[in-house]
Amino acid sequence: MGILQILIVLAVVVLLVKPLGTYVYHVFSNEPNRTDRIFGAFERFIYRLIGLKDRSGMTWRKYALTLLLTNIVLVAFGYAILRLQKFMPLNPNGMDNMEQTLTFNTIISFITNTNLQDYSGETGLSYFSQMAVIMMMMFTSAATGFSVAIAFVRGITGKGQTIGNFFEDFVKAHTRIFIPSAVLVTLLLVALQVPQTLHPTLTVTTLEGTTQHIAIGPVAALESIKHLGTNGGGFFGANSAHPFENPSPLTNVIEILSMWLLPASLPYTYGLFAKNRKQGWVVFSAMMTLFLVFLTTVYWAELRGNPALSAMGIDASQGSMEGKEVRFGIPQSALFTAVTTAATTGSVNNMHDTLTPLGGLVPLAEMMLNVVFGGKGVGLVNMLMYAILGVFLCGLMVGRTPEFLGRKIEPREMKLVAVAILIHPLIILAPTAIAFLTDLGQGSITNPGPHGISQVLYQYTSSAANNGSGFEGLADNTPYWNITTGIVMLLGRYISMIAMLAVAGSLVRKQLVAETIGTFRTDNTLFYAILIGTVLIIGALTFLPAIVLGPIAEQLKLG
Amino acid sequence: MSNQRKSMLTSAIVNRAIRDSLIKLNPIGMMKNPVMFVTYAGTFVVLLMILFPGYFKATDDFGFNMTVFFILLFTLLFANFAEALAEGRGKAQADTLKKTKKETTANKMVGGAIKVVPSTELRKGDTVVVSQGEMIPGDGEVIEGLASVDESAITGESAPVIKEAGGDFSSVTGGTRVVSDRIVVRISTDPGESFLDRMISLVEGAKRQKTPNELALNTLLTSLTLIFLIVVVTLGPIAGYLNVELKVPVLIALLVCLIPTTIGGLLSAIGIAGMDRVTQFNVLAVSGKAVEAAGDINTMILDKTGTITYGNRMASEFIPTGGVSLETVAEWAAVSSVHDETPEGRSVIELMKKQSLRYDESIADGAEFIEFKAETRMSGVDLKDGRKVRKGAVDAVKKWVAAQGGTIPADLDARSDSIAREGGTPLAVAVGNRIFGLIYLKDTVKPGMRERFDQLRQMGIKTIMCTGDNPLTAATIAREAGVDDFIAESKPEDKIAVIRREQAEGKLVAMTGDGTNDAPALAQADVGLAMNSGTVAAKEAANMVDLDSDPSKIIEVVSIGKQLLMTRGALTTFSIANDIAKYFAIIPAMFILAIPEMKVLNVMGLGSPESAILSALIFNAIIIPLLIPIAMKGVAYKPMSASRLLRRNLVIYGLGGVIVPFIGIKLIDLIVHLWI
Repeated sequence: MGILQILIVLAVVVLLVKPLGTYVYHVFSNEPNRTDRIFGAFERFIYRLIGLKDRSGMTWRKYALTLLLTNIVLVAFGYAILRLQKFMPLNPNGMDNMEQTLTFNTIISFITNTNLQDYSGETGLSYFSQMAVIMMMMFTSAATGFSVAIAFVRGITGKGQTIGNFFEDFVKAHTRIFIPSAVLVTLLLVALQVPQTLHPTLTVTTLEGTTQHIAIGPVAALESIKHLGTNGGGFFGANSAHPFENPSPLTNVIEILSMWLLPASLPYTYGLFAKNRKQGWVVFSAMMTLFLVFLTTVYWAELRGNPALSAMGIDASQGSMEGKEVRFGIPQSALFTAVTTAATTGSVNNMHDTLTPLGGLVPLAEMMLNVVFGGKGVGLVNMLMYAILGVFLCGLMVGRTPEFLGRKIEPREMKLVAVAILIHPLIILAPTAIAFLTDLGQGSITNPGPHGISQVLYQYTSSAANNGSGFEGLADNTPYWNITTGIVMLLGRYISMIAMLAVAGSLVRKQLVAETIGTFRTDNTLFYAILIGTVLIIGALTFLPAIVLGPIAEQLKLG
Repeated sequence: MSNQRKSMLTSAIVNRAIRDSLIKLNPIGMMKNPVMFVTYAGTFVVLLMILFPGYFKATDDFGFNMTVFFILLFTLLFANFAEALAEGRGKAQADTLKKTKKETTANKMVGGAIKVVPSTELRKGDTVVVSQGEMIPGDGEVIEGLASVDESAITGESAPVIKEAGGDFSSVTGGTRVVSDRIVVRISTDPGESFLDRMISLVEGAKRQKTPNELALNTLLTSLTLIFLIVVVTLGPIAGYLNVELKVPVLIALLVCLIPTTIGGLLSAIGIAGMDRVTQFNVLAVSGKAVEAAGDINTMILDKTGTITYGNRMASEFIPTGGVSLETVAEWAAVSSVHDETPEGRSVIELMKKQSLRYDESIADGAEFIEFKAETRMSGVDLKDGRKVRKGAVDAVKKWVAAQGGTIPADLDARSDSIAREGGTPLAVAVGNRIFGLIYLKDTVKPGMRERFDQLRQMGIKTIMCTGDNPLTAATIAREAGVDDFIAESKPEDKIAVIRREQAEGKLVAMTGDGTNDAPALAQADVGLAMNSGTVAAKEAANMVDLDSDPSKIIEVVSIGKQLLMTRGALTTFSIANDIAKYFAIIPAMFILAIPEMKVLNVMGLGSPESAILSALIFNAIIIPLLIPIAMKGVAYKPMSASRLLRRNLVIYGLGGVIVPFIGIKLIDLIVHLWI
């Protein structure tokens, strides 16, 4: 039964990849199509409102700069609101202004699509902050990532000087993708009993006669974009494990699909841009293969439970239910865990800290790779970066200088790719090591032994991959953690983004190389294998020593 | 191909390489190679720990550290040795060339008089006189006279070549010797820029520029090195949390094993050896980039004459006329040619053999041979019995027969016209006043060309034949040779147009040429191979010069280019794939004392932690010399489609790269574990 639940979700995803990918392609191909009739007028109104007269393409520099400036403006706006939320409207529960380092962390966390939450929503944010900062950034950061992915794809498949207009992509991502789908999912969630209200926290008298405070609010709206935008920051501290965020197995499936479908269909969109759908399927298959390996691992590990407990004669037939919700059980929890870290959403419906060590390795590894579907757009860009690497390493073996989609991969591209592959391990391993060297870092670790290593590693990996899920054991709301994870999130988001946009800008200008029988093909099963191999050897081996000391050592100690 | 192909390795080259590999330990040189420099720095740190064990609290590990130090040192030496060995052959060759370049004197013409000056004082535009036995003092063009020149110093070809003023055989190279006659040469280069100078610097590889692909690969290798540096540096503090103490030499061992030392150590050797293979093949490439571009070629433009066909016309068919039998016409054709030593004449006899036709050789005994003359346009024999046998241009033979009162067979004109239409040359065969038939002379395709073009097609390379022939003739030869496309009645401008058209489609084009009017096309092409016998302009426009002046060599040059790229790719893949096994050797060994459960990860069942680390390190070192032969000779390459090539190389070097170190490390461990 458990496997069937998982298979149904997988089947839905596979079936929807094509229609959704095609839709996304039509949104961003900038060729006239039917959807213009529905959204065109509204978009033109927005363009007029923001004074966007020139919607011609931008060079990668201009695109990147526009993106950064837009994000900086949003950061300033959000920071001001959080620091002054006491004086803002819609604060029925009387929340105080947010502390400095926590605001720093929170703003970065949301603008980078990470949604690492060192705060707890029900005790730290006013409804206005939830809506004007948190939800606003959930939309904008997702749209930013999506725009980057589209611009990157345009760069590697197009020809000319420009990779698209950021403002136009950014607006269209909202009007044609995130807003319509958020409305739809919100309504579905409301129909399935998720609260959506501006009323203050309910105070009720229980049957025993004691008073209980039940936090509510505009939950459904946040919940929908939280997943659609692969954001992950929950309305409540308990995130999607909370019964108001995720009341039933059905809402659980809706949330899984919400976060998974767009990243899963982007490879298909890429295939359409490349005018060769097989290119897209190769990328999709590589992602799906890695995903299935991870999903199987976590499902099996959780089902098997804790061998040390079994050795004590405790019945393990239920699997490891610690930290999981009974209404989801092992299959829905394992699937949610695998998807939320694959798509770098970071919402959780079970506590990853209490996963079995091997089960906990899965979310960690998916974030370390950051290519298994990946967050809004970023996953595809990362996977294509590995494709470029794979082409570069293996392309030579056909006796030609490496080329990807008819474009020669030369020193300039390799330098930029080198920056992108270097930054990820650097911002995970270096702060992890520093945390263990300092008392400030060590002080927050709540577990001795390998599990403590996993906690720290998880926190920085989650920040670097802009995932945002927490291992939660860590006492992370301290200035030290707020600031270090804040910096890691920033670097993790923008450095690789800019580097990859530069790659796109460089490739778009290249003279196309004709394809012959002597060309290294990137649309067949052989390249699918090369892609997976490159991800595993370059991406995964880097983290092996750290993982061996964390989850693997812990698992081995359990027997 | 040159008959002077040097032997692969001599003990002198090896000895010199051993010496050079020590000299190359100079840190400034090492810094150019980031991968090996990190190894170098690691070696130095371990050396310090050996020299000052007290300071580093490493007294207990003296033996282990010593071993690590020597393995690391040998890793460096092996890498240096590979590079030195690759450079060795070029250096040896450069030395020989430098001897050729020794100071010569020149008879410079000043006004009307001749002044003897050292050759180094010659400037562009000077005129010199070179007489029999003298060395030509510099590159230039013959402006007066004709002489045979011995170019063996440069081409290795001992037979002298004729150089004469005007035309395509006017260019001479400094350092070659006039063996007969006397010529006046206008010098075309300033000192230091001559062909010989360029050749020396090329084979020496001293100022070798890294190609774009090498630079890109170097960037990647550097970033991998940095990544592993991060991994290893951060490992200490992380492991410290579990109270696992990691000793510095162990971390250095892990680092050196993980960074791509194999390819890092062999990369420049692969590049130099690739260039060297081209040079050994008697082709001079101006840069490594040109050789790599050869590997990328999509389209090859080939001259018909000399490249695809022999250029001289050969008998391919006997055609009887006037109702005589085939045997008859063949017999008289043979009789007319039996004393004829021209290629045409010999080809007639060969065609007889090929068609198993016989004739009575005794007929021609004692016959008098009549040579071909421009006036008569016929040759043949006068037999002892008084009969005259002639073969020659159809109208000449017709006139000759008519003069003797003979009649012309009615079908002769029709037959000879159809031969001409197909691009062949008809020769009429007559005895006395009777014409027996025709010999069909045809330009013949060199043997093996069809197979080569098939191979090129499999490699994804399109071939275009250029010829001055009419379209019909061109089509016939094109079909016969199996080229993909042809340009008939082509003029030099046509070649440029084709190159531009192909390049606009994103294709890289290779071509050969020798004449001055080929120069623009040679410059436009991505790979232009000029013939050494060609003009200076052609040689300067091209990025490769074939010293043997064999245009069909362009095909092999492409193979060499591909092989160079493949070797680089294969060894990179191999090197990176090796990491998996090294991880499985070292990681458990590092942690097993603190976390005994780690023994599960010791999949190779290595004897002890120390022996595991040393074995991985030893494997890492010795794989470099073991791969030197592949780096030098290049990976085995047969023309086939990219997909098949990739599958094959992936299995050998990718999968092999994963599996080989598991076996290698295990075997080394079996020995090392005898001690620790």
